[in-house]
Amino acid sequence: MSARSFLAFFAVLAVVGLLAYGLLSKGATKIAIGDPVPDRVLPALPGPGHGSLAEHRGEWVLVNLWASWCIPCREEAPVLERFYRRMHADNMTVVGINVQDNGDDAIAFLREHPSTYPQLRSIGNERSAAFGSIGVPENFLVNPRGRLALIWRAPVDDTILRERVDPLIEGSR
Amino acid sequence: MRRAAALAVLVLTAGLLTLAAPVLAAPPRQTTVHDIEDEVMCPICGTLLELADSPQAKREKVYVAKLVVAGKTKTEVKDALVAQYGPSVLALPKASGFDLSAYLVPIVALAIAAVALAFSVARWRRDGGGSSSGEDAPPAPRGEDAERLETDLGRYDL
Repeated sequence: MSARSFLAFFAVLAVVGLLAYGLLSKGATKIAIGDPVPDRVLPALPGPGHGSLAEHRGEWVLVNLWASWCIPCREEAPVLERFYRRMHADNMTVVGINVQDNGDDAIAFLREHPSTYPQLRSIGNERSAAFGSIGVPENFLVNPRGRLALIWRAPVDDTILRERVDPLIEGSR
Repeated sequence: MRRAAALAVLVLTAGLLTLAAPVLAAPPRQTTVHDIEDEVMCPICGTLLELADSPQAKREKVYVAKLVVAGKTKTEVKDALVAQYGPSVLALPKASGFDLSAYLVPIVALAIAAVALAFSVARWRRDGGGSSSGEDAPPAPRGEDAERLETDLGRYDL
C-alpha cells in the first residue's frame, strides 16, 4: 500500500469513526425502574440554601420536573400540592425540580401556584438530561431506598396518582 | 526580496492596528434584542432563539429584552443567559465529548494542510523550484533526428 493510499484510508477511517462516535455519544441518558434516582445537590427555590433527593432517603418521593413556561405544569401544580398534603404524614413527600427555566419566572410561578413541598432549581437542562427527560412535566416515584419505582413522562392528575402511585406506596407496607 | 516581504508584513500589521484601534478603545456598546437573538439558543428547541417560537423561547426573549432595556452589554446579557439557562444557551459547541470535534477538526485539518504544504514546497525546491536548470530538459536529438534538425535550421538560414 502506497503512502498516499494509506493516508486516504486513514482519513476515511477517521471521518467514519468520528461520525460513529457522534451517533453513539448523542444518545439520551436512559433510566429504568429499579435504577438509583439521579441526584445531586441543587439550589433551593426560591432559596436560600440547597437540597437534594438524598435528604429524603427512607421516604417515598415523587420527583416532579417542571418549568414556569409549561402550560400543563400550571394545571399539575395544585394536584401535586393536594397529593403532598394528603400523603405527607404517610412517609411520603414531593420534590419539585425546576428545569430549563429562568429563576425569576420560576419564583413568580411559585407565587402564583404556592407549594408547601421542597422545590429545587436546576440550571439549564442538566437535571433534565440526567433523568433522560423529553419534556416537562415529568414525574418519577422514588422508593425509600432511593430507587425508581415509577417513571411517568407526562403530567399527573388525581386519577393517575390514585391508580398508579398510591398502590405502589401502599403495597410496600 | 526578504526585506520587501518584511516591509509588507510591517505595513499590513500597522494598517490592521490602525483599523482595530477605535474598536479596541471604544467602550462596550449597548446591544439590541436582534443582535443577541441570532447568537444564542433556545435550549429546549435546539434552534437559534430568533427562529424559535415555543413558550420557553418567548420567555427567554422577554428576559433578553429586559436586560437590553436595563442597558446591559452583549457580553453581560450572554453571561446572564448562561447563569439562567446553562452554557447550552450559547450557540457554541461544548468543549467536551463529541462536540469537542468542532474545535479539534479544523485545527487538525490546518495542521495536516500545513505539513502537506511544507512537504510539497520542500519537494518542489528539491526538484529545482521551477527553474530550468537543465536537469529536466529534454534530451538532445541524436542520429537521424539531429541531421534532420540541422537540415531544417539550415533551410531558414538563421
